[in-house]
Amino acid sequence: MREELQKIKEKALQALEEVEDEEALEAWQVSHMGRNSPLMNVFKTLGDLPEEERPLVGRQANEVKGALQKALEKKEKVLHQTQIRLSLQEERIDVTLPGRPKISGNLHPTTRTLREIYRIFGDMGFQIYRSREVETDEMNFQMLNFPPHHPAREMQDTFFVDGERDRGENPLLLRTHTSPGQIHAMWEYSSTNPADPPPLRIIVPGMCYRYEQISARSEIQFNQVEGLAVGKEITFGDLKGTLSDFARRLFGQGVGTRFRADHFPFTEPSAEMDIECFLCEGEGCTVCKGTGWLEILGCGMVHPTVLENGGYDPERYTGFAFGMGPERITMLRHRIEDIRYFWANDLRFLEQF
Amino acid sequence: MKVPITWLREYVNVDISIPELAHRLTLAGLEVEEIHYVGLPVPEDEQNGQGEHRPETKITGFSWDPEKIVVGAVREVMPHPNADRLVLCRLDDGEEEHTVLTGAPNLFPYLEDDELDPPLKVAYAREGATIIDAYSESKETEFTSIRRKKIRGVESYSMACSEKELGISDEHEGVIILDGDAPIGMPLSDYMGDAVLDIAITPNIARAASVLGVAREVAAVTDADLKYPSLDVKAEGPSIEGQVQIEITDPELNPRFVLGLIRDVERVPSPYWVQRRLRLAGIRPIDSVVDATNYTMLEIGEPLHAFDFDVLQERAEGETPTIITRTAEPGETLTTLDDVKRELDEFTELVTDTAGPLSIAGVMGGAESEVGEGTEDILLEGAAWNFINIHKTANAQNLSSEASYRFERGVHPELAPQGVLRCLEWMQKWTGGTVAEGLMDEYPLPPDDPIVFLSAAEVKRWLGMELSLQEIKELLERLEFEVQIDEEQIRAKTPPHRLDIGEGVVGKADLLEEIARVYGYDKIPETHLADELPPQRGNPMLEVEERVRDILLGLGLREVVTYRITSPEAEARCYPPGAKPEEDTYVSLQNPITKDRTVMRKRLLASVLEIVENNYRVRQRIPLFEIGPEFHPRPKDDSLPEENAWLVIAITGPRTPQAWQGSDTEAVDFFDLKGIIEELFQRLHIGELGFEKSQREAYHPGKCARVLVGKREVGVFGEIHPLVSDQYEFPETPVIAAEFALEPLVDHVSKRYNVEPIPEQPPVLEDLAIVVGEEVPAVEVADLIRQTAGEILTEIRLFDVYRGAQIGENEKSLAYNLVYQHPERTLTDEEVRKIRESILYRLDKELDAHLRE
Ligand SMILES: [Zn+2]
Repeated sequence: MREELQKIKEKALQALEEVEDEEALEAWQVSHMGRNSPLMNVFKTLGDLPEEERPLVGRQANEVKGALQKALEKKEKVLHQTQIRLSLQEERIDVTLPGRPKISGNLHPTTRTLREIYRIFGDMGFQIYRSREVETDEMNFQMLNFPPHHPAREMQDTFFVDGERDRGENPLLLRTHTSPGQIHAMWEYSSTNPADPPPLRIIVPGMCYRYEQISARSEIQFNQVEGLAVGKEITFGDLKGTLSDFARRLFGQGVGTRFRADHFPFTEPSAEMDIECFLCEGEGCTVCKGTGWLEILGCGMVHPTVLENGGYDPERYTGFAFGMGPERITMLRHRIEDIRYFWANDLRFLEQF
Repeated sequence: MKVPITWLREYVNVDISIPELAHRLTLAGLEVEEIHYVGLPVPEDEQNGQGEHRPETKITGFSWDPEKIVVGAVREVMPHPNADRLVLCRLDDGEEEHTVLTGAPNLFPYLEDDELDPPLKVAYAREGATIIDAYSESKETEFTSIRRKKIRGVESYSMACSEKELGISDEHEGVIILDGDAPIGMPLSDYMGDAVLDIAITPNIARAASVLGVAREVAAVTDADLKYPSLDVKAEGPSIEGQVQIEITDPELNPRFVLGLIRDVERVPSPYWVQRRLRLAGIRPIDSVVDATNYTMLEIGEPLHAFDFDVLQERAEGETPTIITRTAEPGETLTTLDDVKRELDEFTELVTDTAGPLSIAGVMGGAESEVGEGTEDILLEGAAWNFINIHKTANAQNLSSEASYRFERGVHPELAPQGVLRCLEWMQKWTGGTVAEGLMDEYPLPPDDPIVFLSAAEVKRWLGMELSLQEIKELLERLEFEVQIDEEQIRAKTPPHRLDIGEGVVGKADLLEEIARVYGYDKIPETHLADELPPQRGNPMLEVEERVRDILLGLGLREVVTYRITSPEAEARCYPPGAKPEEDTYVSLQNPITKDRTVMRKRLLASVLEIVENNYRVRQRIPLFEIGPEFHPRPKDDSLPEENAWLVIAITGPRTPQAWQGSDTEAVDFFDLKGIIEELFQRLHIGELGFEKSQREAYHPGKCARVLVGKREVGVFGEIHPLVSDQYEFPETPVIAAEFALEPLVDHVSKRYNVEPIPEQPPVLEDLAIVVGEEVPAVEVADLIRQTAGEILTEIRLFDVYRGAQIGENEKSLAYNLVYQHPERTLTDEEVRKIRESILYRLDKELDAHLRE
C-alpha cells in the first residue's frame, strides 16, 4: 500500500509538471485529486484494510493528499502569474493621449491677491473691516482732512449720486478710496471706550470708484485695500517695518523697498513705498519706466485731524495708514497690460489663474 | 515743473551728480520723473543701466560732443552760387575759418552786409558731430552724424544748428543765434549745456513750483546754502506814488496787492539765454515784456500780470487810475486774453478799475488791458489770493493757467513785492524801460506764519527715533525755519514763503514731516509693531463669503467680478419684456462718464448674465458665480442706500467638456444647479434645506424653485426664461441661474456641528421602486419614506425616474436606494421587512402609491 501511495504521488506530480494552463490544471485536479482519482480510492478502501494498518495508511494517504494540494496551489500561483505576464504584453495604451478633462473652478485674480493680502496682514494682527461703497462727502473727504473745494480733491475725480434733496456740502458719492473705512472703524472702536479707546489694526478691502475714462491704464472701478493701525506706541519706523515685511512676503524675501515723501491729506508724514522692480531686478525696464522701482502703495502717519475725527486724541495716540491696489499688484505680478481684463471676465483670461 | 539745472545752480551749489540729486529730491517728495539731458554729458552708466547703482530716474536726451559742437562766429553771409534758398557763411570756429552752407531763413537778412561786426554767434557742429536728425519722420528721436558731401556744387562738411537739432526744443525754423558774449570756439556744452529735471509737484509742496523753491529744497536736502536773487532794481523814473491807487474790498480773498510801474519799454526779443531757459521750462518765449513776467514767475514763484498802463489811464478818463479788487457783480462779464467772453460767478474775484473788470484775479487777464504791440508803459501786478477761491474759479471757468496753477496751491503774500521787483529788473534790462521809483503795496491781511513747539519726545513718539533738540533745530533751519531751543522743546517760526504749516498739534505733524524729509526717510530705522495687540474680532460675514467661494470653485465654478455701475436698460434685459416695473428707482449718478454706466446695479443676476453673453463665442461650458453687492435706494429718502451682498450662479453648456474618451455632452439643466446648491448648503452645514416650486421674473415659469431654510426663503433658482434669453446673445443651451441674498444665509451657517460616529455594524441596503401618480412631487414620497422609517433609515437616494409602457399612464416610477443602519446592533431581516411593509402601507394609503412589480 505504501508503495502504491508513493506511486500515486509521483505520477500525479509528474503529470502536474506538464500542466501549462488553467484548463489542464482543472483536469489534473479531477483525475488526481477528484472523487474517482486513485488517491481518493485509497481513502475509500481504507475500511477494507486490517485494523492495525489503517492508521498508518490513512496518515500516509493524508500526507500524499497534502503534498498534492501544496503542489497544486504552487502551480496555480505560477500559472496565474504567467497569465498576467502574458496579458501585460497585450494591454498597451498610448500614454501621449490627453487625460480625461477634470475641471475645477477658480477665483477671480483680484480675490486671489486679496486673500494673500488678508493672510499676510492677518498674521500681523490686522482684522478685516469692510464699509459701504456709497458714501457721503463728509466720510469720503471732509473727515479725512479734505475741506470742500480743496485742490487736493482734484486727484480723486468723483462720481456723485443724484438726490431729490440738495445735500449742500455733503452730497452722496461713490467712495473714491477705502479710506472712509478708517473713520468708520475708529468710531466703532473708540465708542467702546471713549475715554481710553482700544488700539486698532485693520485692513479695509473693497471696491472704489473714480470718474475716469476707461482705458488700458484706468478704470471707473477698482479695488483698494486700506490699512490702519492706531495705538499709543505706533511710529513711522513701525510703518516702514510693517510694510517692508508685507512686501517681502508678497514679492519675495529678497525684495528691496524704499520710502519716498509724498502727500495725502489724511496722513503726515506721508510716503510712497516702492519695491525693487522684480521684472528687471532694478536695471530699469518699461514697466518701471526705467527707474528700477515699482510704486506699490501710499502710506503715512495718520494726520492728527483724522485721529481726532475718529475719536482718538492725537496727543496720546499715533497711527499709520496705507492704501494699495490689488489689481495693480496683480497686473505687475502677472504682467497684465490692460486693467479692463479684470471686469470683462473673459474666460480665456480667468482660466489662466 | 521743469527745472533746467543751470538755472537751479544760480541759487544753490550742487556738488553731487545730477542723478544723485534727482534721487535725493525724489525721496524728499519732489519726485523727479525724468532727467532730460540737453548738452551736458549723460553719465555713461546711467545711460545704459550698467552702472554700479540703479538708474532711479528715467533718463532721456543727449550730450553735445565738446570737441565737435562749439560756439562759432559767422563773419559774413554770402549767396550760394547755384541756389537761391541756400546761403554760405564764413564761419570762425576759434581754430580756423570754414564755409558753411545753410538754408536758415534767419540768416538771409544778413546777406546785404559785407562783414558782420560784431559777428553772429551760432551753435557750430563740426564734421562727424552727432546731432538729432531734424528731418526724421519717426516719433522716436533719431540721430545723425554730419558727413562731408557736395550740395549744389559746394562742399559741405559742417553746419550751424537749430534748437531741434540740439534737443533744446522743436524749433527748426532757423539756426540758433546766441548772445553776443558767447566765447568763440568754446565747447557748446560748457557754454550752455543743460539737463532738465521734470519734477512732480504735490499740493503740499506748492512752494517749490519755482526754480528758487526747488533750489531751497535742494539746499535743505544736501545741506547747502541758498543764494537769493537780487531785488535792488535801479529806479530812474518818477515815483509811482500818486500815479495809481489800490482798493481791496475783501482781504480774505485778496490779502495783498502790489503794483510797480515801468515806462517806455521796447518789445524786442529777449536775450537768447532767456528764450532757451523758458523753452526748456516748457514756456514759449514771446517778447521781452511777456518773457520777463514768465521768467520771474518760474524763477520766484510769483505769477505776475502786466497791464497796459495807457489803457488804464484812458479808462480812468483823466482821473488817477484806481485798481479795485472785488467779487463779480450779478451778470458781469469779461472777455479774457483767449478771446472768450466769460460770465462771472458771484464768488469770482476780479481785478477791476472804475470802468469795470480788468482780469479774473489770479487766473487770466482781460483782453482789453492786455499788453499789445504798441504798449509803452506797463503797470505790473503782483498779488496774493485765497487759494480755495482761485481753485473754485478756475474750475467754474474751466480755465487753467500757469498763474492759477500756482495761486490755487497757495502763494505766500511775501512773494508779491519780490516778484514785482525782480520782474521790473528784468524788464529794465531786456526792454530798456524806465522803472518808476517805489511800489504801491496794500497788505491788509498778512498770514500768521505759525510758531510751532515740538519736543524730542514727540519726535520719538511719531518717528520712532532719537534726535536731539540740536539736531531737530538744524534740520528745520535748513528749511529756513527760525528755531530756538526752549528748555525741553524747540520753538519754530514758519518762514515767510510757505502756507502749509498749521497750528498746534497739526503744526507738530507738519514739522515732523519736514524733519523726516530733510533727515531722509531712508535713514529712519525699520521697526516692528510693539504696541498692544488690538482686539481680534474676525469678520464673520467675510469668512462665510470666502467659504462659499471655496465650495463653489470646488464644484467647478469660476468666479467673476463685474461692473457695479450699470444702466436701467442693461438691467431690464433680465426681465421678460414688460415685466420690469416701470417706475424703478436707482442709486443713479449725477455725472456718469458713459451712457451705459449710469446707475448702481440693483440686480447682480443681470451683470452675470452679461458675462455669459460675453463668453459664449469663446466657450461652450460657462460655469460662473459672483459675490457682490446690490444697491437699493431707500424709498422717499435721500439717505444712504442699502448695500447687500448677493451670490449669483449661472451655468450653461455641456455637462462635461468634449473629450476623446467620450463625455456627457448633454446640456446642464435645472438639476445640475440644484445639485450645486444642495452640495453648497451641505458643506455650509445649513440644515432644513427645502425647495418649492415658484415663479419669478427672469425664470422659466415651469422650471423655477425657491430655496428655503426652514420656512425662510433664502434664494431662488431655475432656468432662465426663454424670453429673457432672447434678449441676450446666449448659446443654444439653456442658461440656469440662482440668486441668494448672502446675509440671511450667514445666519443659518452652523459654526459648530457634531460628527456622527461610524457604526461598527454593517448596514442593510435595499432598493424600492415606487409607482406614484404624476402629480405627486417626488419630495413627498421621499419625506414619507423618511418619516416612516425613522432614524434607522440613514440614507435615501433617488437613482431612477421611469415613465412608460411598463406602468400606467400619468404615473411615474421612483426608484430609491435605502440604507438602514442601527447605531448599536445588526438589524435582522425581520426588522427590515417590517419597516418596508409600513412604508408601503403608508405610501399606498396617503399617496396612492405602490411597489413597482
Ligand atoms: Zn523694471
